Amino acid sequence: MTASHAQPIGASRDAEHASGRWAMRLVITTEACFFGYLLFSYWYLAAFATRWPPSDAQVSLHLSLPNTGILLASSALLIWAESGIRNGRIGQLRTGLALTTVLGAVFVGVQFVEWSRLTVTPSGSLWGSLFFTITGFHVAHVCVGLLMLLVVQLGAWRGAFTARRHGYVSNVGLYWHFVDVVWLAVFTSLYLVPVLNR
Amino acid sequence: MATVVADIAERDAPVERLARIWGTPPGLLGTLTSVDHKTIGIRYLVTAFAFLLLGGLEAGAMRAQLTHGDTHWLSPEAYNQFFTMHGVTMLFLYASPVLSGFSNYLWPLMIGARDMAYPRVNALSYWTYLLAGLLIYASVLVGQSPDGGWFAYVPMTGAAYSPGRNIDFYTVGLTFLGFSTTVGAVNFIGTFFCMKAPGMSVNRLPVILWGTLSSSIAAVVFVPALTVACVLLYLDRHVHTHFFDAATGGQPMLWQHLFWIFGHPWVYIVVLPAIGIASDIIPTFCRRPLAGYTFVTLSTIATIMLGSGVWVHHMFATGLPQMSTSFFSAASMTISLTSGVSVFAWLATIWYGRPQFTVPFLFMCGFIILFVIGGVNGVMTASVPFDQQLHDSYFVVAHLHYVLLGMNLFPVMGAFYYWIPKMTGRMLSERIGRWVFWLMFIGANLTFFPMHITGMLGMPRRIYTYASGLGWDTSNLVITIGAATFAAAVLLFLIDVVRSRFVGPLAGANPWDAPTLEWSVSSPPPPYNFAVIPTVRSPYPLWESRLGERPASVLDAGPALDDGRETIGTDALDGIPVAVLQMPEDSPWPLLLAIALAWVSLALVFAAWSWALIGVGLTAASMIGWLAPAAMRPVRAESAGSDERVPTTRGPL
Repeated sequence: MTASHAQPIGASRDAEHASGRWAMRLVITTEACFFGYLLFSYWYLAAFATRWPPSDAQVSLHLSLPNTGILLASSALLIWAESGIRNGRIGQLRTGLALTTVLGAVFVGVQFVEWSRLTVTPSGSLWGSLFFTITGFHVAHVCVGLLMLLVVQLGAWRGAFTARRHGYVSNVGLYWHFVDVVWLAVFTSLYLVPVLNR
Repeated sequence: MATVVADIAERDAPVERLARIWGTPPGLLGTLTSVDHKTIGIRYLVTAFAFLLLGGLEAGAMRAQLTHGDTHWLSPEAYNQFFTMHGVTMLFLYASPVLSGFSNYLWPLMIGARDMAYPRVNALSYWTYLLAGLLIYASVLVGQSPDGGWFAYVPMTGAAYSPGRNIDFYTVGLTFLGFSTTVGAVNFIGTFFCMKAPGMSVNRLPVILWGTLSSSIAAVVFVPALTVACVLLYLDRHVHTHFFDAATGGQPMLWQHLFWIFGHPWVYIVVLPAIGIASDIIPTFCRRPLAGYTFVTLSTIATIMLGSGVWVHHMFATGLPQMSTSFFSAASMTISLTSGVSVFAWLATIWYGRPQFTVPFLFMCGFIILFVIGGVNGVMTASVPFDQQLHDSYFVVAHLHYVLLGMNLFPVMGAFYYWIPKMTGRMLSERIGRWVFWLMFIGANLTFFPMHITGMLGMPRRIYTYASGLGWDTSNLVITIGAATFAAAVLLFLIDVVRSRFVGPLAGANPWDAPTLEWSVSSPPPPYNFAVIPTVRSPYPLWESRLGERPASVLDAGPALDDGRETIGTDALDGIPVAVLQMPEDSPWPLLLAIALAWVSLALVFAAWSWALIGVGLTAASMIGWLAPAAMRPVRAESAGSDERVPTTRGPL
């Protein structure tokens, strides 16, 4: 069962990230629950409404569907970047991180364009309240992810990561994919189902 | 065994190096930047106890008012603030943080580690707890404390009926506190999975680890429900959204669901670690291992799982369909099975042991009795027809106080008498302790047992006064006398603590002849906890010689790890060493980040958006200041070679 302590064991910096990985998983769990309760609120209120989406809802796939593609692509690029550093290709990491950040920023920009086009407001109706609150919290999370990406980007340029030591990149990646998956849940609830029901 | 390994720290020269590496420099800067789990644990305990006293004073004011009928010295408005602050203080600022204090102090010592998994997060958790508590109490300064009860039902707490700042202190304060609870929980779970000593597989852990693990998982999953509820209410109040506004399609019941999805598991969050404490203290004083260790740990986990599906039993009187209330009623009753397992395990431990009636053990006995009473009246309120009769009456007040005093305060008091000698190096008084126990036990029952009767006689909870002659006078007088007795016990305890700091007999490493690892180091423990990392082979490493366990644990030889702040990382289940963990140095960032978050929170209470935005900037800056240097430090050439190494082994010491 127990290894004797004379056995060689792993190096410290890797391990720091091994325990750091648990922290990131747990942060993601609690954040996922946060969005879970937000979407629970959405569906709970929708279930009691006589008509859902209500007549003032302005649901459209014109911007949101391509934007979903952009966010998914950014995740794919981040996976590519991480596989680069795993094989010691620092250039691939830098390029991948840069492209991920750009696509993430584009996603946020498109979201702002969509908000500015709507005539409903958070205080205008129940649907407006739900729509702005849920998408607003999601965009806030994307922005935090962008900040994290910028930090590891700087690290990548300064040579902070090697094939064996890139725990920070993996952790930021985990968070970014989580933001992506949450968007799929938000997109399905707020856009896809109402459009398909119409 | 215990005496052999005791005080090994004093005998060896390399320990001076360890003390230098792990010590916190004296002075203000050291105080504010320390990440030592023992310092943080004691801070948690002291702060939580201070809040317990505040909550107690609030209860005292209410009892003074209710002693006789037709008393009006507290206005209805003031009384609302008193019972709300009493509930918020006891449930959020005392009950959970006091257990975090014990777990923070004890976990690394119990599992043979040199610190928690994330020491800086640990400091962050404490500072945010302190600042959130102060923020909530800042409401007293502006005379607008939360006044909607600890569950703050809408629409009463909406902008229309509660235009002041009262509820803003509640929503913002609890969201801020939820952050503290969550990061603390992450730290416990990470520590559980990564930091156990070599050989400390999950079936060899003290039970408090299982209790706090279950609580922490529940906190990670359920605290966000309270956060969402508070955020939505805040938006309703300040951005005029419509989540709880029935006139425009919102649902007041949404608040109740979100609150109790969080609120019921919260009850288990504040009792499960305490139940773990009991399972660790009872064996010491019965001179035998805990009966049914596996069943106790499994029932702890089962309790939190079942406990996450019973929230509707707080809402039986809201007119939900019978199908749904029946389901939640049945689920609630199931919990008596899992708690029953623990009770029988303790009884079996006592029955087959040789009990020594020390003060900590007396508190455990009191705990078991109150646990059973709180369980029985809990089963009664879990039944829908019974609950509909007694909903919002003093019967419910009796039940919840039996639960919270019995399952939180009594184990906590026992834990103070048991572990304060470890923390300070001095014993508390057995003689005063007996007085504390009996006053507290009699006081608690005198206070809360008659509440069952006043409840059945129809006295509603949360009334600021009542007419004399309704049949509630005698019992209310008795209740107030009980409360005074209880207060006397708390006062006596404080006197004992202060007294023991100066004249208490020295404790030595293991005054109780207890079996677990924290008793193998000096009292108080050195900053590095263990001079060498121990190897553990049984749940009771210090009792192995008499229990005849083979092979035996090795406590006086092992990896020294004295090149820097280092400890051993092991795998989650079997305690197989996987890594040497490099632990962080003391850091100012946790405090700075906590201050930035407090800034945001205070600005939000007063709806000062531009100030809040500045606070968000400060928060982002503190996070970058904390994380960026390590994430951007270039990897040096010399460490690019082999990552594996054999740590220097020392001993036998």
